[in-house]
Amino acid sequence: MKPYSLILKELWQRPTPMLTSLVAVTLGVTALVAIQNITVYSEQKISSEMDSLGANVLVLPPSVSLQNYYSADMHGKTMPEEYVTQLALAKLPGVQNLAPKLCVEADVDSIPVVLTGILPRSEFEAKAAWQGMSLLTSSVGSDRGCCATGITGGDEDEDPTALATKRSIKDLGKDEVILGSEIASQLGSQKGDKITLLEKEFKIIAVLPATGTIDDGRLFAHLHTVQELSGSGPVVNVIEIMACCEDAAGDLVGDLSKELPDTRVVTISQVVETQVAVNGLMSRLSWLFFSILLLVGAASIASVMYSNVSERRKEIGTLMALGASPAFVTRLFLGKATILGFAGGLGGFLLGTVLAYILGPQLLGVAVQPMPQLCLIGIGVATLVAVVASYLPARHAAGLDPCLVFNDA
Amino acid sequence: MYSLENVIKKYERHGQEVTALDDTNLEIPDNDFVAIIGPSGSGKTTMLSLLGGMLAPSSGKVVLDGVSLYDLSVKERTKVRSTKIGFVFQSFNLIPWLTARENVQIPLVLAGCDSEQQQQRASAMLEKVGLADRMRHKPSEMSQGQQQRVALARTLANDPQIILADEPTGNLDPETREQVMEYLTEFHQDGRTIVMVTHDEAAAKFATRTIRLVAGVAADLNTESQAEAA
Ligand SMILES: Nc1ncnc2c1ncn2[C@@H]1O[C@H](COP(=O)(O)OP(=O)(O)OP(=O)(O)O)[C@@H](O)[C@H]1O
Ligand SMILES: [Mg+2]
Repeated sequence: MKPYSLILKELWQRPTPMLTSLVAVTLGVTALVAIQNITVYSEQKISSEMDSLGANVLVLPPSVSLQNYYSADMHGKTMPEEYVTQLALAKLPGVQNLAPKLCVEADVDSIPVVLTGILPRSEFEAKAAWQGMSLLTSSVGSDRGCCATGITGGDEDEDPTALATKRSIKDLGKDEVILGSEIASQLGSQKGDKITLLEKEFKIIAVLPATGTIDDGRLFAHLHTVQELSGSGPVVNVIEIMACCEDAAGDLVGDLSKELPDTRVVTISQVVETQVAVNGLMSRLSWLFFSILLLVGAASIASVMYSNVSERRKEIGTLMALGASPAFVTRLFLGKATILGFAGGLGGFLLGTVLAYILGPQLLGVAVQPMPQLCLIGIGVATLVAVVASYLPARHAAGLDPCLVFNDA
Repeated sequence: MYSLENVIKKYERHGQEVTALDDTNLEIPDNDFVAIIGPSGSGKTTMLSLLGGMLAPSSGKVVLDGVSLYDLSVKERTKVRSTKIGFVFQSFNLIPWLTARENVQIPLVLAGCDSEQQQQRASAMLEKVGLADRMRHKPSEMSQGQQQRVALARTLANDPQIILADEPTGNLDPETREQVMEYLTEFHQDGRTIVMVTHDEAAAKFATRTIRLVAGVAADLNTESQAEAA
């Protein structure tokens, strides 16, 4: 037996009060790790996505508060699909393409999925033509800045997987469905298979290449099919507008708001700014939670340590009678604090990482990886707090009068 | 060889001074077996604590083998306790969350012995007190008499030259008392010095010398008891 086995054996026999006292410290580390983890990855993702974003203006129902571009259609609020036609007909300068979306929840073989209804371009091109309008396609000058590499264009035999990069598609049948890469592997489906969604059988016409976004986890079907199956009526959650950069930055937002006064129009840069601001706020909040919970944790560790010491007065006296020095007794309690702090920090790190792993994709649509540096911070700070909080109780234990062993209870 | 030189111990509590031990001079030669008797509150435990290096006297000296205990540093005094002195308590004071053998190992852990040595020695000591089959039992799983024997084994673990016992039979039934006293006698015969505080006349009979304390004043009863015997 080594001196530290005395600590471990005691902890092992009476773990509850100590573990309870660690809850606050563990939660502090959990909050810090989870939030930092998510914000760091979210920021990384934002910066890497800024350029690759296809649509750069979003038209949303008015009450939506938007924090993430990729979940722009996940808010459950709707607006009439008519707006799409209205926008198409308005022929605002700079508008290159429109992509309305409607998201509903469904399941495939009892796996919950997000089914996104999209409108293939052929659909409203036809509609516009039917209304006597020549629309969008090639109506935008190719001499206009970023529009030079326009999204639309007459590439008639466009592949459905272009949806991944262009965020719109030319043709999509009413009983056809396109799968994100992640959901495809999760369901074990591939191109050509049939699946049943909302009691209707669909044919998988394509699996999208992985994009690292929330789109990977989605299924895409024809907007009107989705409206029909979900009974939502002719509504959409969002209209994504691919616009020329300079127009999006300039008058376009104003023009769009004028055209559709009952909507909220935001540019991607606004979204990104909001998201960056939210991240910053979360990050600062996480430090605040961390500090508060650490203080609470320190207080609870100190109080539990004090009661542990007085509960063990006789044990301590016995150890002293048997040849333990006061320094040994101090080390016994500080050693215990170190073990607890380490365990609390590690536990908090693991919990926080799991939480980030689960919540990251759900809240902000970011996939996160564990961050070992947070493990070091978490364990280091938790251990420090536990040791500092236990210092006075440990000194108190070392200062006990060894004669108390003779007093018979 | 122990000697108390003009030892006075006063406690001060709540503005009141209690003289627990009053100007005591006492010599305890090596391999003596002393019983300290006396009424409750007469200072018996106080004297034992002073002898054990646990309680500094208000004045006077406690000398063990030529070394004044309370002129040593805390660390040195701890070392003396760990190498020369063993304690036996009325309520055994076993660590409840350790097994019998682990309890016996404690003095060895504190002295820095390696694990194998600890286990061998602890097993041997438990065998000596007849508990070879209780090594893995926790204190709560043993009878009072067995617990006191574990405590005796623990006292012996680092082979102390002196054993200080405070009412070692106080919590035991007559039969077990007898057994514990036989072990102490055996330890005495092995060459150890034993100082035992007791209320129990029968237990005191095992000692070679009896000291009576009354209100902090010691009186040697040797001559008296010899006279009685004659
Ligand atoms: N820590 C202390 N603080 C104040 N007074 C004390 C303390 N310990 C003992 N005393 C007092 O000193 C006196 C001697 O106490 P001590 O414990 O030595 O008696 P004792 O002979 O062991 O008694 P008992 O037979 O009841 O165990 C008593 O009057 C007691 O009240
Ligand atoms: Mg006493």
